Amino acid sequence: MNKVVSGAKEAISDIKNGMTLMLGGFGLCGLPEKTILALAASGITDLTCISNNAGVDDFGIGLLLRNRQVKKMISSYVGENAEFERQLLSGELEVELIPQGTLATRCMAAGYGIPAIFTPAGIGTEVAEGKEIRNFNGKDYLMEMAFDADFAIVKAWKGDSMGNLVYRSTARNFNPVMAMAGKVTIAEVEELVEPGELDPDHIHTPGIYVHRIFKGEGYEKRIEQRTVRKR
Amino acid sequence: MLDKEGIAKRIAKEVKDGYYVNLGIGIPTLVANYIPENIDVVLQSENGLLGMGPFPFEGEEDPDTINAGKQTITKLPGSAVFDSALSFGMIRAKKVNLTILGAMEVSENGDIANWKIPGKMVKGMGGAMDLVASAENIIVAMQHVNKAGESKLLPNCTLPLTGVNCVKKIVTELAVLDVLPDGGFKLLERAPGVTVEDIEKATAGKLIVEGEVPEMVI
Repeated sequence: MNKVVSGAKEAISDIKNGMTLMLGGFGLCGLPEKTILALAASGITDLTCISNNAGVDDFGIGLLLRNRQVKKMISSYVGENAEFERQLLSGELEVELIPQGTLATRCMAAGYGIPAIFTPAGIGTEVAEGKEIRNFNGKDYLMEMAFDADFAIVKAWKGDSMGNLVYRSTARNFNPVMAMAGKVTIAEVEELVEPGELDPDHIHTPGIYVHRIFKGEGYEKRIEQRTVRKR
Repeated sequence: MLDKEGIAKRIAKEVKDGYYVNLGIGIPTLVANYIPENIDVVLQSENGLLGMGPFPFEGEEDPDTINAGKQTITKLPGSAVFDSALSFGMIRAKKVNLTILGAMEVSENGDIANWKIPGKMVKGMGGAMDLVASAENIIVAMQHVNKAGESKLLPNCTLPLTGVNCVKKIVTELAVLDVLPDGGFKLLERAPGVTVEDIEKATAGKLIVEGEVPEMVI
């Protein structure tokens, strides 16, 4: 069960034009930055990207947008990106905005083998248009389908060669639920260790969900909103 | 009339001992600065943290530790980290006792609009639709009128909705109001120096005034 690949380039070698990718991270936190760099260098186009945000102009998914590699974004919040705004307003880019909890839970459902979920988020709003509504115990819920993604690309803090993953702090965010949801899941990690080095009680994503793993070198870990207080 | 800090101070009085609280971006974030020290409150950040602490000291920022506004923050002793699905799971399951968020418009039946202005760049709803659809106790912190001087407390929202029948209380620079279950903004308190007439003028929706309306104590 050795899932180690040489790096991002090998990990993405069978991603094709027009595929649907999930990308972990919240803003730039917990972003699979090495795999995104490889995608940006790959020339793969017409991608549908499911990710909470769309990166900034010169980092994260913003790099793929700048190269016009993205056909459609499925996100909950897409501020902080001028190129994104330009492509959206000019009609080059299709965008589907969905509530953040719905986004996370549609990933979770895919990883749990559940075809759809019911959530109250979006009831009475334009998000509900065209969707099935069911009433349970006097309250309306929207039916939202599990995601179907060709690849999930996540970033973890530590992983072992069997694909078991551990995340660090709020860089966890969407990564565990997306890791569960891809037909093929690629994990990039800061530290790659041998089986047995991670405590089984502390593993967040069991290796069964992960198909390829590699160690990324020199993480940039940009901060989007550096906010501090005085001593 | 209250400034933003004043609105935050007044809302902080609604935070009770033992509460788990989700604070939105803007004025709601300021509420954390005014929660009394003698009560026990845990802040939830929907990107996956319970036990959010203050901003870090300069030089101690951790790129892996941010809040839902993507600001660097700290974790207090006893905090817990979790994934985004679990985060909205605890919100949907009503484990979070109080949600405080901003709004562009609130209607007299508790509808809220705070994510989209037609014709302008839409950034997205983030977690707001999930929060307002599930939370039982929602307080809106906002200005009473918009920059054009038009009331933001309306009979019906004109902007695309974030959620329906969900807002319970509103705190503005002028007043504290309850949104009644049968509709209408019930005036509870006036801001210092503000008259009932001032509030009537600034409120387009149905305003309910009963007896003497006290001036708020902050």
